[in-house]
Amino acid sequence: MATVSLTKLTKRYGNVGIVHGIDLDIADREFIALVGPSGCGKSTTLRMIAGLEEISAGSIEIGGRVVNDLPPRSRNISMVFQSYALYPHMTVRENLGFSLKIAGAAKEDMDRRVAEASAILGLDTLLDRRPSQLSGGQRQRVAMGRAIVRDPDVFLFDEPLSNLDAKLRTQMRTEIKKLHAKVQSTVIYVTHDQVEAMTLADRIVIMRDGYIEQVGTPDEVFRRPATRFVAGFIGSPPMNLHQATIDDGQMVFASGEKLPLPGQFKANVSTGDKVVFGLRPDDIYPTGHGISSGGAADVHQIELPITVTEPLGNETLVFVEFNGTDWVSRMLNPRPLKSGERIAMSFDMSQAHLFAADTGKTLRS
Amino acid sequence: MNENSSARLKRRLTGIVYRIGLFLAMLTICLPGLWIVLSSLRPTVEIMAKPPVWIPQEISFDAYVAMFSGIGKGGIPVIEYFRNSLIISVTSTIIAVAIGMAGGYAFARYRFRGKSSVFLGLMLTRTVPGIALSLPLFFLYVRLGIIDTHFGLILAYVALNVPFTIWLIDGFFRQVPKDLAEAAQIDGCTRWQAFWQVEFPLAGPGIASAAIFAFLTCWNEFALASQLTRSVSAKTLPVGLLDYTAEFTIDWRGMCALAVVMIIPALTLTYIVQKHLVGGLTSGAVKG
Repeated sequence: MATVSLTKLTKRYGNVGIVHGIDLDIADREFIALVGPSGCGKSTTLRMIAGLEEISAGSIEIGGRVVNDLPPRSRNISMVFQSYALYPHMTVRENLGFSLKIAGAAKEDMDRRVAEASAILGLDTLLDRRPSQLSGGQRQRVAMGRAIVRDPDVFLFDEPLSNLDAKLRTQMRTEIKKLHAKVQSTVIYVTHDQVEAMTLADRIVIMRDGYIEQVGTPDEVFRRPATRFVAGFIGSPPMNLHQATIDDGQMVFASGEKLPLPGQFKANVSTGDKVVFGLRPDDIYPTGHGISSGGAADVHQIELPITVTEPLGNETLVFVEFNGTDWVSRMLNPRPLKSGERIAMSFDMSQAHLFAADTGKTLRS
Repeated sequence: MNENSSARLKRRLTGIVYRIGLFLAMLTICLPGLWIVLSSLRPTVEIMAKPPVWIPQEISFDAYVAMFSGIGKGGIPVIEYFRNSLIISVTSTIIAVAIGMAGGYAFARYRFRGKSSVFLGLMLTRTVPGIALSLPLFFLYVRLGIIDTHFGLILAYVALNVPFTIWLIDGFFRQVPKDLAEAAQIDGCTRWQAFWQVEFPLAGPGIASAAIFAFLTCWNEFALASQLTRSVSAKTLPVGLLDYTAEFTIDWRGMCALAVVMIIPALTLTYIVQKHLVGGLTSGAVKG
């Protein structure tokens, strides 16, 4: 069990910077998700923590000990790879016990710990099989078992679920969460899937182009995104984001359409400012079919034409045309709708987000 | 006749044609070998007969008996030649495979300056026929005093085989996912342990095949060996075949008998190792 601190952590390949001096403090037993689009440096960061990648500058501390130049085996970590990286020439039992064998553990100790891990993950009946005889989900479980057996200070997960099909992914996600509750150790989890990050992590680190955009709890990054990028990245379907110019308490969009400036931002912008207005699909809804229907104070009503609908059963995603483009809205308790139909929409402006158009930073004070 | 039965007929005919083709191909490959075995068992008259005698009239093991009978009784120093061949082939194979593993691993795993030029350079050495080097090598070896020694021939064979073993083993190491060595390092291995515990066993079939090829090259090599060895203490089996040529005659039967003696160990070795040459051992390591 240990804390992890990254200080000015940097990775360069020649002149190309991959990770630009990031700072991050991870608490003991915390589940941290590093999330971002491919090429944002999240996997590189994880590999630097693991010791598989040399660091160019900065420092990494695990449990208060600087591990910058230590080889992976001296860091007391374990890692689950995207490809699982099971040893194909060994049985499941040998795979699980490999690290103990290398460490020279006694036979009884090894058997006991392999048995414990396989009991946790339900691998008991598979111990004598080889990886090639296992299904994707089982291989994934063996990979996790191999990590558990080591009883490490820190678990590192590198996109562990991205090779599984959708159903199995959801199932394994739950298992990982249960596992964390059981083993109670620090976890650093890399994923490009924001849903995984949101559902699993205590705190989410959103990375982009080698910089950290925001660190926060799932609730924080969802409700109070620090940048336009975070706003667009977190949440599914993504937030509606459209550029506008402030003009006397109103937001004027490219097509000339207007929306009133949300009250909470009035003090922070002035006429002529270029902003990006953001509103989640949950906060736009056909009047009477929203989450906060009736309760919200700052609701703007507007009639808009429907372009497409995507029924999902308990809800329908309704695409309406405004400012010449589609805005996604979420309709609860849906009724059948037709394309082209004009419908009264409610924009819950109390939930709106505003970002500076140039820096992308939030204008929330 | 409906579609199904005509499709079935077609499939059957294709199968027959396929088998005939295969038989002809195998016949072409195997006939010389069979002919050598047959020729070693029958008198020269029959070997030289025109038209050829396909079915041997009398079988005798005289040639084999004579071969081991010692000088003066039609024998040649087979045991010595065999020993030389074995020492030279085994030693040079071990060295070539060791260098091939180190080199192949480096080419498969590391990035370094001039990597592709070095690799190309190694491959280009394969374009030079060994025999073209025999005269320069001969002069060089004479000056160095390593002519007609095991060491000289081992050196030549290592040089001959190393580019090939590097190339072959490189390919096999490339097939072993990099993640596995990394996982092993995280599991507590040093770089060295990760290699021996994980990457080496997985590239094993490739290394074995490189070893077989290197061994067979050395075992069968004639051109260089005939130039660089002179005496019984260094001559290999292929060079030993020349002992059956005299000024005016060639003892075809004896030569064929020695050829059979040469083929047997090579064949046995290949047969033993071929089981381990199966690929696909890495399946299941990573998603696939």
